[in-house]
Amino acid sequence: MTSAAAVRLVAQRELALRLRTKWFLIGTLVIIAVMAGYVLLQMSVFGGEDRSKIGFAGQATGLSERVAAAASELEIDVETTTVVDLTAARADLSDGSLDAVVSGTPAELRVLVAEELNPRLRAVLTGLSQQEVLTAKLAQAGVPNPARVMAEANATRVEVTAIEPSGAEDEQRLAIGAIMVFLLFMSINAYGTLVAQGVVEEKASRVVEILLATIRPWQLLLGKIIGIGLVGLIQLVAIAGAGIALALAADVLTLSGVAVGTLVWGVIWYLLGFFLYAALFAGAGALVSRQEDAQSVLTPVTMVLVVGFLAGFNVMIADPDGTAARVLSLIPLMSPVLMPGRIAAGDVAVWESALAIGLTLAAITLVTYIGGRIYQNAVLHTGSRMKLTAALRG
Amino acid sequence: MALDVQHAGSRVRHAVEVTGLRKRYGDIVALDDVGFTVGPGELFGFVGSNGAGKTTAMRIMLGVLAADAGDVRFGGEPIDLETRARIGYMPEERGLYPKMTVRDQLVYLARLHGLATNDAHAAAENWIRRLGIADRRDDEIQKLSLGNQQRVQLAAALVHDPALLVLDEPFSGLDPVAVDVMSEVLKEKAAQGVPVVFSSHQLALVEGLCDRVGIIRDGAMVAVGSIDELTADATTRLRVDVDAAPGWADHIDGVRVAGSDGGATLLELARDTDEQAVLRAAMAAGRVTEFSRHRPTLPELFRNVVVEGNAQ
Repeated sequence: MTSAAAVRLVAQRELALRLRTKWFLIGTLVIIAVMAGYVLLQMSVFGGEDRSKIGFAGQATGLSERVAAAASELEIDVETTTVVDLTAARADLSDGSLDAVVSGTPAELRVLVAEELNPRLRAVLTGLSQQEVLTAKLAQAGVPNPARVMAEANATRVEVTAIEPSGAEDEQRLAIGAIMVFLLFMSINAYGTLVAQGVVEEKASRVVEILLATIRPWQLLLGKIIGIGLVGLIQLVAIAGAGIALALAADVLTLSGVAVGTLVWGVIWYLLGFFLYAALFAGAGALVSRQEDAQSVLTPVTMVLVVGFLAGFNVMIADPDGTAARVLSLIPLMSPVLMPGRIAAGDVAVWESALAIGLTLAAITLVTYIGGRIYQNAVLHTGSRMKLTAALRG
Repeated sequence: MALDVQHAGSRVRHAVEVTGLRKRYGDIVALDDVGFTVGPGELFGFVGSNGAGKTTAMRIMLGVLAADAGDVRFGGEPIDLETRARIGYMPEERGLYPKMTVRDQLVYLARLHGLATNDAHAAAENWIRRLGIADRRDDEIQKLSLGNQQRVQLAAALVHDPALLVLDEPFSGLDPVAVDVMSEVLKEKAAQGVPVVFSSHQLALVEGLCDRVGIIRDGAMVAVGSIDELTADATTRLRVDVDAAPGWADHIDGVRVAGSDGGATLLELARDTDEQAVLRAAMAAGRVTEFSRHRPTLPELFRNVVVEGNAQ
């Protein structure tokens, strides 16, 4: 059997076995449900306040389209209806199914509300009413085409040039980046731990001796890492994809390009980060022969990941392009979690990205050599926990 | 038996040769110049006390452990990874994936040994039926009784139709029915031309089953050969029942009185002593009612070479 075939068989077993467990399905669904809840919360907190339902009665009905257009320019979401029965409209106002009822003539608008009128909506209605009055006065003064004059006047806009992207966009990008950082940390930690547990399981059950009578240690290890890594990748893409789709559908997220770009970078960095940490986790797992002993050897590896995540996350939230964030995101053990977050939230130069990838690849080579060596030397050792120095020497 | 029809005709008959194996762990010598040969179709029993080096030797045969010196050849060629895929191995420390089902486990191991998917399924089903675990085929290994786990372990060693079997203590932990099944299977594989090497503490079983035996003591082979050869090499023992006062045999050349059993006297003859001379001496002493040559059994032989050897 070729090496590729052996690695593929091992990976297939890991993939099939782990995708079939109920915990994979339940875990993924729970995380997606939590995210859906978060999106819904965002909608009711931020979406609710700018959405108004306005009823138009009598002559005012003719203004409804212009009100909606003017409102949307101010980023107020307006839904218009026609009101026939004012008594029923009052009831609707009291129970909140209508926010305002506009009646009267265009020049003399009357607005009925439950308690108070949204100030921005008031400005819209006042503006329209003033335009009506102005149009009438222009006509009285003998101006030939008052409507055209008004149209020209209305078309006038101030020219705005932003030095930095708007704050709202920044906030979204930071949120996308933070969520990505968190997901990557979770995935690498959870699936790295699974690699270690898988190694310990094979040692504890002694099945590894039968396996290694047929295939080489590196084939077994590589197959295991690829198989478990793919399970993690499937979950990451499912969660992030569902999250982006939900947020876009609910209009909480408007930067679909940034979101998709972040996901692509997230996948790349997940692969780099997982391979970097998986070899460490596997080497640590190979040192012990029982699941009960696993925690003690895994803690140091997990600590590196957790400390990197916490430090990086805080630095990034504070300023994604600050010196601290830029430096930390270049350190190989931290890049996989931090860099994709910075790419989403900040302004990462191409050379920074390239340097981080290059350094991480170099680190993977080194760590895989060390982790693989520990694994090969320790995987058939049974009994008490093996000393790291002994495992390295072989 | 319809087993292995697709391979039976084409099987290459090879011997496995182990020569000059040495292995040290620090100051402890685990193996010291261990060598033996098992021919095609031969059942070879590997016996020795705990810690004598059986498991170490078998792990080296499988390439799971590296020897300091010596080599293992199959069909004249050093055993490489490709050859290893054709060995059926049962390690001393049993092990299977606890959370995999019996069938998945066997199919996976068959495929790791190079069988195509369909062949792997057919072989797994075949051994599941043969070893009487058909109703447990979809259960996880961890839910099986120890005896049934042993059967799966045997199936795991056989599922890829190996050309060489190396089994470390295959009979330990088996109930009498399973011992019979195991013996049947080993004889059957040998009949197909497969060299079978197995270790055991159950010497009576080894004696009944094996063509040849190797006895290992403190990492060194102290005896290798067929049971007949080994017992022929040993001191000849006679059992003589004669109507005479004790001490009648005390002064015969080359004869030592080893004890008495009921009315009979047990004699040990030095090499090249003529038993006819002993018979004449007995007849001279009195009426001889029994005169028989006593061949040592394997357990006696083992006791002689191992226990007495250790005492020296």
